[in-house]
Amino acid sequence: MSEAISTNKHLIARHAGSALWLARYMERIENLARLIDVTKTFARDAEGGRNWLSLLRINGDAAAFFEKHAAPEATRVAEFYLLDAENPTSVQSAIRSAKDNARTLRALISTEMWLQINVFQGRISALSAIDIAAEALSGVCAMLKEGVQAHTGLTEGTFYRDQCWHFYMIGRHLERADQITRLIDTKFDALMPTAVADAVIDAGEWNELLRAAAGYHAYRREYPHGYVAREVAGFLLLNAAFPRSAALSLAQLDWHLTTLRSRYHLRGCAQALERLDHLRTMLASQTVDDILGRGLSPFLDWVQTEVAALHDDIVTQLCGG
Amino acid sequence: MRRDGVLANYDPGSLFCEMLRPGEPPNSALTLLRERLRNLPVESLRQRAADAERDLLARGITFTVYSDATAIDRILPFDLIPRVITADEWQTLEAGVVQRVRALNLFLHDVYHDQKILNDGVVPRELVLGNAGYCRAMAGFHPPHGTYVHVCGTDIIRDKAGRFLVLEDNARTPSGVAYVVENRHMTLRVLSDLMAGLRVRSVDDYGLRLHRAMAEIAPGGVSDPQVVLLSPGIYNSAYFEHVFLAREMGVPLVEGRDLVVEDGRVWMRTTAGLTPVHTIYRRLNDDFLDPDAFRPDSQLGVPGLMDAWRHGTVAIANAVGTGVADDKAVYAYMPRIIHYYLSENAILPNVDTRSCADAEGLAYTLAHLHELVVKPVAESGGYGLLIGPHASAAELDEFRGRLKANPANYISQPMISLSVSPTLCGEGVRARHIDLRPFAVTGRDTWVLPGGLTRVALRPGSLVVNSSQGGGSKDTWVLA
Repeated sequence: MSEAISTNKHLIARHAGSALWLARYMERIENLARLIDVTKTFARDAEGGRNWLSLLRINGDAAAFFEKHAAPEATRVAEFYLLDAENPTSVQSAIRSAKDNARTLRALISTEMWLQINVFQGRISALSAIDIAAEALSGVCAMLKEGVQAHTGLTEGTFYRDQCWHFYMIGRHLERADQITRLIDTKFDALMPTAVADAVIDAGEWNELLRAAAGYHAYRREYPHGYVAREVAGFLLLNAAFPRSAALSLAQLDWHLTTLRSRYHLRGCAQALERLDHLRTMLASQTVDDILGRGLSPFLDWVQTEVAALHDDIVTQLCGG
Repeated sequence: MRRDGVLANYDPGSLFCEMLRPGEPPNSALTLLRERLRNLPVESLRQRAADAERDLLARGITFTVYSDATAIDRILPFDLIPRVITADEWQTLEAGVVQRVRALNLFLHDVYHDQKILNDGVVPRELVLGNAGYCRAMAGFHPPHGTYVHVCGTDIIRDKAGRFLVLEDNARTPSGVAYVVENRHMTLRVLSDLMAGLRVRSVDDYGLRLHRAMAEIAPGGVSDPQVVLLSPGIYNSAYFEHVFLAREMGVPLVEGRDLVVEDGRVWMRTTAGLTPVHTIYRRLNDDFLDPDAFRPDSQLGVPGLMDAWRHGTVAIANAVGTGVADDKAVYAYMPRIIHYYLSENAILPNVDTRSCADAEGLAYTLAHLHELVVKPVAESGGYGLLIGPHASAAELDEFRGRLKANPANYISQPMISLSVSPTLCGEGVRARHIDLRPFAVTGRDTWVLPGGLTRVALRPGSLVVNSSQGGGSKDTWVLA
C-alpha cells in the first residue's frame, strides 16, 4: 500500500516563484557553458568572430556586449559571460540569483541541494582571468556543466516531490523550451539564410549545433545518413524523446501543470494550461516541412513569445506576481 | 597519557574548570572523557577542527555580518572540546529555568493587568511603566495559557566556586538554538569516538517541542493549526536559524509580505490563494511587527496584525511587550519577583546587581568602578559595557562621566571570574571562559532543551562570549 502525499500542505506563492527561478538560473548556467564550449571548439578558423557573435545573438546580448567591448573576440566574450558580474546574463549573475532563490527556499530544498549550490557558487565567484584563457576555457565549461548536472542529479534524488518540486520542474522546462528555440533560430538564420531546407550543409556546423544542445549522439542514432537541415530542425523542435526538444519540454510542462491542478486543486493553472494547449497543438499539428514552408524564424519567434507568456501566466496566477 | 594529548599542557590555574573539576567526587563518564582527551593528539583535534570549519561553511551554517555594502557569511567558531553538565547539575539548572520562566510569565500578566506587584511596592512602578519595553497596547490582553514568553533563553554563568548564577533573561526573540543542534551533529560527524558509549541527552526534538507549543497556543477550535515562522528575510543575520527552525517544525518560513490581514484574520498568500494562519512564531522585533500599531515605516511587518491578535484569531509567540521583563534593571528584582509570585526562593541566584537609578547604587558603583562590570540597561550583545578591572584609568574616567550623565541607564555587578573549559587555540589547548544559554519552550507547560548553547570567549582572558565580539560555541553534553 502506498502512502498518499498530503495535498493540503500549502506552498507560499513567493516560494513557488523562487523554485521556478532557481531551476531557470541553473539551466542557464549549463546552457551557457555548453554554448561557450562548442563555440570555442569550432571557432578556431577565420570564421571564429562570426561564431562568437552568434553566441551573443542567441542570448540577445550583442548590444550590451558592444557597449563594453570593441570586437567579439573569444576572450572578451568569455569574460563577458563568465566573469562579468555586472552583466545580468553572465554565469556570475545567474549563480548569484540561483543562490538567492535557493536561500529563500532553504527550508524546502534538501540539505544536499543547498550545500552543493553554496559550494558551486563559491567556485564560480572565484573564477579569474587565468581560468578563461584559451587553454583553460574548456576546463571551466566542464566544471560549470558538471556543477549544474550534480545539482540536477541531487534534485532528482533528494528533492521531495510535492508542490514545490513541480514549480521547480516547470522552471526547468520553460527554460529549456526557451533556450532551444533561441538556439535553432540563431543557428538556422546563420546556416541557411536562403532557407534551402534540404541542403546538405557543412557537417562541422551541424555538429556544433547539436553538441550545443546535448543532442549530437541521439541525432546520429536517429539519422545515421547525414545532416539535412529540416531533419535537424525537426529533431530539435519536435522530437518526443530528446530531453531538450521544444515538444518534450512542453509536454513535461503540461504534466506538471495538470498535476498541480488536479492533485493540489490550484485553480491558477487554468490560464497557463489553456495557452499551453494551444501552443502544443500548433506544434503537433504541423510537420517540420509545414513550419519551414511558412518560415521557421517567425514561427520560432511566436513560440518564444508564447513561452514567455506562459511564464508570466504562471508567475502572476500562482506565484503571487 | 600521551605527551601530545589534548590535556597534556592544559592548566586552568585557579579558575573553575568544567572538564577537570578538581575536588569533586569521581564521575565515571567524565573520567572516561578525560581519558579519551588525554589520548587524543592535539594535531588530530586540530585536523578535525579544520574539517569541521570547512563543513560549516559549505553547509552555510553561518550568520551574516554586514560591513558597508558587503555581506559576509561567517561561521560561529566551533570548538570541538565539549562542555559537560552532570545529571545532578542539570536537574538544578532545569528546575531553575522552569521556575524563572513561570515567574516571568506571571510578572508579565500582572503588569499588564492588576499591577499587584507594583501596588505592593515590590518593584518600583516607574521602573516598569516608564520602561521602554513596556507596551501599553498589551494592557488587559489575555494570551492563551497566560504565556507571554514562549521561548526563553536564560544566560547562566558559573563562578570560581562552581555556583551557577543567572546573568540575564532573554524573553523577546532569543537566538542560538540552531547552533545547539548543529554543534551536536558536527560532534557526531567529526568526533564521534569521543562520545561513544557515553549516555548524553539528545537535543534532536527541539523542533517537535516547539511545534507542539505553537499548536497549544493556537486559537481554540482549530484541530490542525497552521503554524508559520515569520522572518525578516534572507538578509537577516540570523536567517540560518530561521531556516533551521522552520525545517525542524515543518512549517512555512514566511516574510511579512506573505501575510495579510483580512476580515480580522491573518492569511498567507499561497499558490492556492489565501489560506488561514493560526500561530505565528515570529523572529521579528516588536517594533517591526505591525506598521499600523508600531513603526509606520516598517516594510517587514503585517498591517493589522496586532488587531487580529488582540481579537484572538491568531497567536503570536513570543508575545509583544515581553521586553519589560528581561530588562537589565528589572533583572535586579527577579529574586523578589520569583518569591512574590511563587513563594519560593530562586533556585538559580542572580549575580549581585545594583541599579544606578537609585542614589545608593550610583554612589557604590562610582566608588568601586575599577572592580565592577557596568552595563547599559537597554543594550544587548555585549555592547557599551565597562569591565572595570580591565579598563585603563582614562577609560574609567570617561565612563564615570557617562554614568553621571545618565545613571538610570546603568546597572553594576561584581566582576565574576567565569568558569573555563579547555579550548583549542592557536598556541595549543588553553582555558577559556564560557557561559550557558538553555532554551525553554512554553505552551501550556514549560520544557527545557537538555543543555543549551555554550558560548566561549576565544580571546585569552576575555569574559565577553557574544558572537559579535569574537565568541565561539561548544557542544553541550548533559549526562543522562
